[in-house]
Parts: sequence; structure tokens; C-alpha cells
Amino acid sequence: MKNDAFDRRSFLKSAVVGSAAAATATLPQSAEAQQRAAASASAAPAYSFLNLEEQAFIEALVDHMVPADEHSPKGTDVGINIYIDRALAGSWGKGARLYMQGPWKQGHPNQGYQLPLTPAELYRAGIPAANAYCAKTYGKPFDKIDEAQREEFLLAWQAGKVAFEGGPPARVFFGMLYQNVVQGMFADPIHGGNRGKAGWKMIGFPGIIAVHYQNVEKYRDKRYTAEIVSIQDMS
Amino acid sequence: MAIKLKEVDAVVVGLGWTGGILSKELAEAGLKVVALERGGMRSTANDYSLPGVRDELRYVHRHDLMQDTQRDTLTIRNNVKMEALPMRQLGSFLPGEVVGGSSVHWSGHTWRWTDMEFKVRSLYEERYGKSFIPPDMTIQDWGITYAELEPYYDKFEYVAGVSGKAGNLQGKIQPGGNPFEAPRAREYPLPPLTTILASQMFADAAKNMGYHPFPRPSANASRAYTNPDGARFGACQYCGFCQRFGCEANAKGSAHMTVIPIAMRNPNFELRTHSWVTKVLKDGNRVTGVTYTNVLTGEEYEQPAGIVLLNAYAINNVHLMLLSGIGTPYDPAAQKGVVGKNYCYQTGVSANLFFEGRNFNPFMAAGGSNWTADDFNINLDFDRAPHGFIGGYSMGSGFNTALPIGYRPVPRGTPSWGKAWKAATAKWYQTAMNIGASGSVMANRYNYYDLDPTYRNAFGQPLMRMTFDYKENELKMGRHAAQKVNDLAKSMNPTSFNAASVRDSWSVVPYQSTHNTGGTIMGTNPSNSVVNKYLQSWDAHNLFTVGANVFAHNASYNPTGPVGALAYWTADAIKTKYLKNPGPLVSA
Repeated sequence: MKNDAFDRRSFLKSAVVGSAAAATATLPQSAEAQQRAAASASAAPAYSFLNLEEQAFIEALVDHMVPADEHSPKGTDVGINIYIDRALAGSWGKGARLYMQGPWKQGHPNQGYQLPLTPAELYRAGIPAANAYCAKTYGKPFDKIDEAQREEFLLAWQAGKVAFEGGPPARVFFGMLYQNVVQGMFADPIHGGNRGKAGWKMIGFPGIIAVHYQNVEKYRDKRYTAEIVSIQDMS
Repeated sequence: MAIKLKEVDAVVVGLGWTGGILSKELAEAGLKVVALERGGMRSTANDYSLPGVRDELRYVHRHDLMQDTQRDTLTIRNNVKMEALPMRQLGSFLPGEVVGGSSVHWSGHTWRWTDMEFKVRSLYEERYGKSFIPPDMTIQDWGITYAELEPYYDKFEYVAGVSGKAGNLQGKIQPGGNPFEAPRAREYPLPPLTTILASQMFADAAKNMGYHPFPRPSANASRAYTNPDGARFGACQYCGFCQRFGCEANAKGSAHMTVIPIAMRNPNFELRTHSWVTKVLKDGNRVTGVTYTNVLTGEEYEQPAGIVLLNAYAINNVHLMLLSGIGTPYDPAAQKGVVGKNYCYQTGVSANLFFEGRNFNPFMAAGGSNWTADDFNINLDFDRAPHGFIGGYSMGSGFNTALPIGYRPVPRGTPSWGKAWKAATAKWYQTAMNIGASGSVMANRYNYYDLDPTYRNAFGQPLMRMTFDYKENELKMGRHAAQKVNDLAKSMNPTSFNAASVRDSWSVVPYQSTHNTGGTIMGTNPSNSVVNKYLQSWDAHNLFTVGANVFAHNASYNPTGPVGALAYWTADAIKTKYLKNPGPLVSA
């Protein structure tokens, strides 16, 4: 799956380069491209916000943070990348409910988020900055470094030991990224992640059906097992 | 130019618990009442039904029912030397912004604050001497007594459908209840909620330590209930989606399913949603009405009124007073002025306990299926002298909205991602519980509100500026609480536990509590307070404000009990005293 995605991305990149000379793409070519896209839709994720570099970064990140094991499939198979893409494309990503008037000051951490960036803008600035850091440190962007290097980088990033030159504050971006990964794992599947209710299955959260008036007594100190139900299941 | 509307008898600003209570009571008394609510209409059937309401991301993390900080927020700082910056998104506290206000998304915890709060200065001075109270601690008696408020607590508990067990009936201590509570005239309207395992284990351990645990009183109906006004409650389903959510079963006592629909059936009452009040208009010793903007059209209106009632969220009530220039703004340097004084918050500590092999079912809980012990809270016999702090904290356990994005306890030291994180998350979600302590915050000279000099809201008005941090008193209390919580946790012999530690500085980022108090405090005279004991402005006798903004300091308890009681108390004072003889109800 992952290799397929990379192949597709390489293809798209080369296609862009190749067609640059013939800027006036003809209709048949366009239709052909559409057909190709439609054919691959079932196998590859469709994005509405993330660009190719961002897709590669996010896919590598969520698969590193949520590796496949007996508890759940890997992050991209759970749709965490899709959750993030949708969140950034939607109103939250565009700064809904975010006070965006200046003046802008860095402030004290107790004063919370103070960047003049919407979440989508922070991702757009933050991912190239993180890749530039990886390129400088490891010679390659994040999605091309090996697992041990990814782990080393993420641990340093989380611990505040990574700075982005001329980019947004690394720590603030990491905080948002991590929150979004967790949301993509555990939010209701209608938001694009938690595919197959994988996050809920992993911990035994029974979902949204919760008529426990009698269960609260009946299952005291007993494992409660029931079919896990999401919003879509009840709609 | 504002369009001037026809005068009404009373205008209510904000339609949550207090606005709903006053609207209903005053409309029933024959007054023509208009309520102005900045948010939109919401109802259980249309907005809080299954399955859509059970969306943790939307309601907990995207703040669907809360104030939109894009339009109006506050600036924040820890002390006067810092530059205040805007709270650009919600975090530490969550004011509501729809019809029903914060009563829609609260948990339901309903406490009776006692004379331990209302007589705070005199009680501590009497017992410990005047010098026990630090010079910067601006605590004062509230000017009201528990005995005066008791019938109104009772009224509110029956309207809100509170489940609980009395600990003190007319002076007689009752087994199973809170022995430290003040006397109540009668039992709660509903028996306590079913005790969940975490609460049971906490209660057993607390008893072993010699404490006096009891089931927390909460407006989650333990069985189907019809309140004295005829509002019908379903039985709580322990669904685990309580705090932050509207209740689809109408089992959580909320204004939108009790007092507000009753007011709306009364022809004397009119609700205008999407109406953002920008100013209270004052003329001499009276207010004449308010100006507001219809946020759907941008049009501005003046609504003249015989009585103006500020019933918005506590912070916004103070903001309106400051924007309207009513009363003298508080100045911490000179310690002059009163509007903005004694802003208080709460503190707290929490420990996670991990028990291999137990099944806590954290998703199976009511908003208030917790148990509490008040041995270090409203217990006057707890000697504070060796510990050097004033106030107290209630200890408790139970789950409240233990949903998986926000609640995934793992032992400290667990990695934040990868296979080890997944394994620990999977292992401990259902096998952990917590013990917490919620602590009071005493008023301090340097914790206050004023208007921000730089930042503005969508209406071009200055944002409110909040200056707050925990002081030595809270740190001492927090250390004491952390030790007691950790001792209790150890006594339960868990597989492991994440020890509680003191909260040393206030940050706006993590959620803590929507219990912001003070700013337009009640008191005995105009030099120490903004409103009198009837919550009537000292500066304008036809202006009242009801909310936690009138609290002279903050207790460890959730504020809604006294907020609801004071709404009925004020409604009564207006109906039985003020309307007969409009003027100051207490002479200055």
C-alpha cells in the first residue's frame, strides 16, 4: 500500500515536470489522467488539502506513531492521514474560532497559542521546515529517513530540542500535530480517521450507544463487551 | 445609529440558568420581559439527539456549544508585569454560547456553599487571629448568610433535579450524606446515582483513612422525575457523554429543558437570539436599557427597560459593566475601585491509579457519579494553622467524560507513540481510575479584571483583560492536597500510580474548570463591592447581575448551586421588595 502510494506520488511529480513544456494540456490527456486517478482511487488515499510533500510527511509520521501490531493496523490504514487532511481542509484548519487579530507576540507558554497562522497555514509552513531539519541532519526528508532516525528526530522534537530556522516554532507545531494524530486515531470515524473503529477496538471503548442505566450495576468490575457503534452505524 | 425599540419592564442579558430563572419568575409576576441571547436557539429534540450529539471531537475538542473566541475573547497574563495577550482559542475554561448557556454542557454538580465562604474573613479571624490572613488576600464576608439562602438552594435543587443524599437534615447528621454540610430543610429530590467502581474504591479507602465520603450531589436524574414546574426528566443512562454535551435524555437539569420553555410559553416573555449586548445605558442613579447588535444583520438596537439584568457568563457580566462605565474600575496599585476586583479561579491536583485486572468501565458514568470527601474542605474543625492556608479542597473520584481522545491514562514514562504506547493505552484505558482534589482560590489584590489597552473584539470594543496566578496560599493548599491524595492512592495498593503534584502557575492551555468567579462582587457597602446582597448595583438601583461574578472569592465547590440559588433569591427580592418600592434595597 505504502509503495503504491509512493509510486503514485513519483508518477504525479514526473507527470507535472513532463507536461510543463506542453502547458496547454489537451482534453484527451486530461481525461486520461482523470481515468487513471479514478482507477487508483480505491487503492490510494484522496487528499483535499495536503500537497505531495505534506502527504509523504504525514503518511510517514502516522505510520511511525501508529505502527501495525496486534492492537491496530498502521496509521494510514486507520485513516489518520485522511483525518488530518480533512481537518485542515475544513473550518478548523482555516482558523474557525481562532482569534486572529494582532499585534502578534510570542508571549509566555502559559498564554497559549500566539502564532499568526491558522492550523492549515502552520502545517504548510511546518512540514517543509521539519523536512529541511531532517535534510540537514540526516541528508533526507522525514519520509525518506529510516525508522531509527525518525524515532530520534521525533523524540528530540517532542523534547523541544529541535528548532526550525526561519520556520514556525517547532514545539507549537509538534503539539498540534500530536493532538491531531490522537484525534485521527480516536475521533468518531465520520471525521475520516479511526477507520473500522480501530482506535476504539484497541482500547475497548464501546462507541456512542450508551444506555447503561442497568449496565452500571451489572458490569461493575466486569469487562463490558458489545458491538462498537459509531455515528454512521446509527444514522 | 441604533434603532430605538419600545420600552419593556425588564431586559435579561444572556439566557442560561440565571437568565432563564429570572425570565420565568419575572414574566410570571406580570412583567414584560425580553431576553437577549448572543447565541442561537438549541433544543434537545433538534440539537442534542442521537446519534449526532455523541461526537467527542465536535463538542469536546472543537467547542461546538462554546463562546466563539474569533468574535470575542479576553487577554490574559499571570501578573501585572507581563503583557497580556489574547486567549486565541479556548482552553482553561469554556463559557457557553447558546440558549441554555453553560447549563447545557455542565456536569450537574450542585453544591451548597456555606457560611465557611459567606463569612470567610470573620470566621478565620475569629479562629486564627487577624494576622493569619495575608495582607494581599482581599477576602471579605459576602453580606449574605447560609440561612438566608437555604430555601433558595432547596428551590434550585428541586428545579434542577439533583440526585444526592442529605448529610444534615435540620441539624441532624444523616448517615450516608456529607456530615460537614450545613443544615437543609429536606432531602434531595432524587436518591443518589448508582455508585461506580472507582467511586466505591475511593469511598472505601477514604473511610479507612478516617474521612467521611459521600455520593456527590448532581443534577443527573437518578430516575425519571417531574420537577415542581412540571418539567419532565428522563433517567440518567450513565452514557459517559455528559460534560460538554447536551443531554439527549433530558436527564441533566438544564435551563433549556426547565425554566426557559416555561418562560417561552408565557406571553409576557420574548426571546431574541443572536443579540449581542454591547452596552448598558446609564442615566444618573438608574440604567435606562441596553444597546445590542443583531449579529445576523449587523443592525444595532437600543432596548429601553425598567430593569436591566445581567445574566451572561460570569466573565461577560463583568466585561459589560466595565464597557458601560458603571462603577469605578478596580486599581490594584491604589487598591481603589471595585469593578474587576477579586477575580478568582480554582486549583486542583489529580493522581491516576492503575489496577491490573480491574474493570472500571470509564465510559459508563454519569456527570456526577463521583464520591467526595470534605474533611479538608468545609470542615471548620480541620486545623489550618500548621499548614498555613485558608480555604480548602474536596477530594473525590469518579469518571466524567472519559472519552478516548481526551482520556487515555498511561503510567508516567510510557512513550507517547509507537508499539509501547499502543500497548499501554490498550491495557490501561479500562483499568485505571483517578483521585482528584478541587481547591478554593482566595481573593488576592493582584488577581483582577480590567479592560485591555490593545486588543479589541469584533464589535470594536476592548477585550477584557484577566490578570491571574496562584499565590502562596494556593501553593500551600495544593501541596497539602497532593500529599493527602497520594497517601490515599498508596493506601489502595494500586499496581502503580501517577502521583499528584501541585499546580504552581496558571496556564490558559489545558482545561481546568469553567468556574471563574468575582469581578462584580457582592458585599456590605459600595466601597467594598459592586452589588449588595440582593445583587443590585450600588450605582444604579434598577441594575442587577446574577452569576458567579458576584462571588467574593472562590470555593473548592462547583459554583452552580449558589448561582441558581442566588437567581431565585434575586427574583424574590425583585418581586416582593423592589417592585413595590423601586430603589436601593440596602441603604449605602
